[in-house]
Amino acid sequence: MEPLGAFEIWAGVIGRFWPVWLGMAIIMGGSFAFKRRLGLYGRLYDSGVGMVGLGIVLFWVLTAIFPELIATFDPLEQFFSIKRKPPGTIETETGIAAYFGGDNLGRDLFSRMVHGSTFVLTVAPAATLVAYMVGIALGLPAGYFGRKMDAVLTFIANLVLAFPVILLFYLLVTPGVRETAIPNVMSGVFFAFPIIFFGMLFYSRYYARPRLLAIQMAVTAILGAWLYAGLVFDADPLGIVRLEPNELNIFAAVVFASSPGVFRIVRGLTMDIKTRDYVAAAQTRGENPWYIMLWEILPNARGPLIVDACLRIGYTTILLGTLGFFGLGLAPESPDWGSMINQTRGFIRIAPTIVLPQTIALAMLVLGLNLLADGLREQSLKD
Amino acid sequence: MLAFIARRLGVMVATMLALTFVVFTLVNLEPNLRKLALEQNNNRMSSEAVDIWLDANGYRRPLIVRYGEWLGNTLTGEMGRSTRFRKPVVDILPERLGYTGILAFWVMITMVPGALIIGVLAGMREGSKTDRSLSILSIATTATPEYVSGIIFTVIFASWLGLLKGVAKAGDISFENFTLPVMTMSLYGMGYIARMTRASMAEVMTSQYIRTARLKGLSFGAIVVKHALRNALIAPFTVIMLQFPWLLTGVVIVEKLFNYKGFGWVLVEAADNNDIDLLLACSIVSVAVVIVTQLISDVGYAYLNPRIRVR
Repeated sequence: MEPLGAFEIWAGVIGRFWPVWLGMAIIMGGSFAFKRRLGLYGRLYDSGVGMVGLGIVLFWVLTAIFPELIATFDPLEQFFSIKRKPPGTIETETGIAAYFGGDNLGRDLFSRMVHGSTFVLTVAPAATLVAYMVGIALGLPAGYFGRKMDAVLTFIANLVLAFPVILLFYLLVTPGVRETAIPNVMSGVFFAFPIIFFGMLFYSRYYARPRLLAIQMAVTAILGAWLYAGLVFDADPLGIVRLEPNELNIFAAVVFASSPGVFRIVRGLTMDIKTRDYVAAAQTRGENPWYIMLWEILPNARGPLIVDACLRIGYTTILLGTLGFFGLGLAPESPDWGSMINQTRGFIRIAPTIVLPQTIALAMLVLGLNLLADGLREQSLKD
Repeated sequence: MLAFIARRLGVMVATMLALTFVVFTLVNLEPNLRKLALEQNNNRMSSEAVDIWLDANGYRRPLIVRYGEWLGNTLTGEMGRSTRFRKPVVDILPERLGYTGILAFWVMITMVPGALIIGVLAGMREGSKTDRSLSILSIATTATPEYVSGIIFTVIFASWLGLLKGVAKAGDISFENFTLPVMTMSLYGMGYIARMTRASMAEVMTSQYIRTARLKGLSFGAIVVKHALRNALIAPFTVIMLQFPWLLTGVVIVEKLFNYKGFGWVLVEAADNNDIDLLLACSIVSVAVVIVTQLISDVGYAYLNPRIRVR
């Protein structure tokens, strides 16, 4: 059969993304109409750069939510007739076009690219979130109390930051490490921080209201224990939450690599904000230091932290791509963008377009996150 | 100043010891040692035989003793033997580091001036059209990691246009050979330095003494070159120095991507082949590079900026 032309390919691709366009139209149209009431998020719609960034990020988030609706093939199934073929080749058995051609094993690149977004957009934000919990839980006291504690924590953070990332990954994300207890111990430590964080958050504010506190603590403990058991020990009684050993390994390594950066930022912001009058007022009232840190300082540091989180998710995406590029940790058939780049890059001479979908997808997502961060920074500086 | 440098040196030595110990522990994990034992004996060994071999070769002594021994050997220049290249490590590293040094030199030479010019041009008139477009350009370059830009460049320049080579041979410094790796690496770092320069330039341009200079009737060009530039370049200096650790990661990616047989390529080979001695040597070199640049950046910053020397 005749392969599709350039116009038909793009028309087909744009058509396949219909759930994404629909979702984007609803979310962005709705937010645009009520932008005056949506605070910082609403003001993003006043800045061109921020809106473009938000659009790109939303595009990939929605793609990651509905990959089944968008993809034309199964991401793992191999078809001989599209193996290393240029974009627009028709698969002979099913008669469906492979919009971006097939990869080195005859899997449809378009479907793999679409499915790859799910992995990136779950692991990157989740790892960033955990890194934030760790960074906040350690950075606040380091910046607030200073002295010995600060010196020790800063030294450890600098130690991790002095590690070249690539070396860290080559040492930490290996089958050998997975045979030992290191990934479990590391993630055991990291996943404890969200529980401690929420426990302190509620305790420091509501300790005078025992009934409310009891409910909050119970919810934190049950949810925390459930997620903790599922993620760290792979022993979720309901069988919903679980991570493969290699995923846990990657997750722990990525959190380890990015939490010192968060720690530094939180520490710096805390040292700045603790000199403000409202902190002095809280100290005079005799508030608990943790109350001051979590309910006075942290909310006032949110602006720079949100901007940094956007950048950091982008950076984590790059890290995950690096892991895939070096073939570290991820399953060989996994349709994540980094592994796809690694597997297809040897075939550039045969089919130059074979590496483009996944590389452009990755760059586009990171660019979107960076533009979003830039827009947020610009808008949050305005008031 | 001397006390400041001495304190920094102390922290540096402590960091170095801690990091090498961590690396040593991770490289000498039980599974890695067993793999090494099997490799050294043509994979024909029972589990008990592996234990005996490890015992006989001293791998079963306490970790801290072996670390001390390794440290002593390393300090006297005895770094063991590479099992991958079948040569002493001391013979491999200098040559490879030299190749990477040449690459890094060209990257710095193209990246730093380019980034500073973009940053200064964008920052001298904050909010102008030039500023907006240059800023978006630098965001775009920081959003494209080496393995993305390198591949896109290879497709465009090597596959479609046929101008440059898709692989770079070590030691051959020619335009055809070097452009792709250098371009790939400098582009990724350029955006970041340019953004720092822009921010610092924009801040300096709003300061009082620039207003004074302008009220004196100096031309805009003279203000930028004579008054603003010197103060605006202090902050990017630290950033440029701190680019070295990143350059190291970049080097590993780019050398693997273009099959350039330098230090990064050796590191990947050592890690992939469980080459313990070589991997340890590579780690110590990379950690040393990072820490020394941090030291230079701290000291240099204190030297350039008299305000923080008082502490």
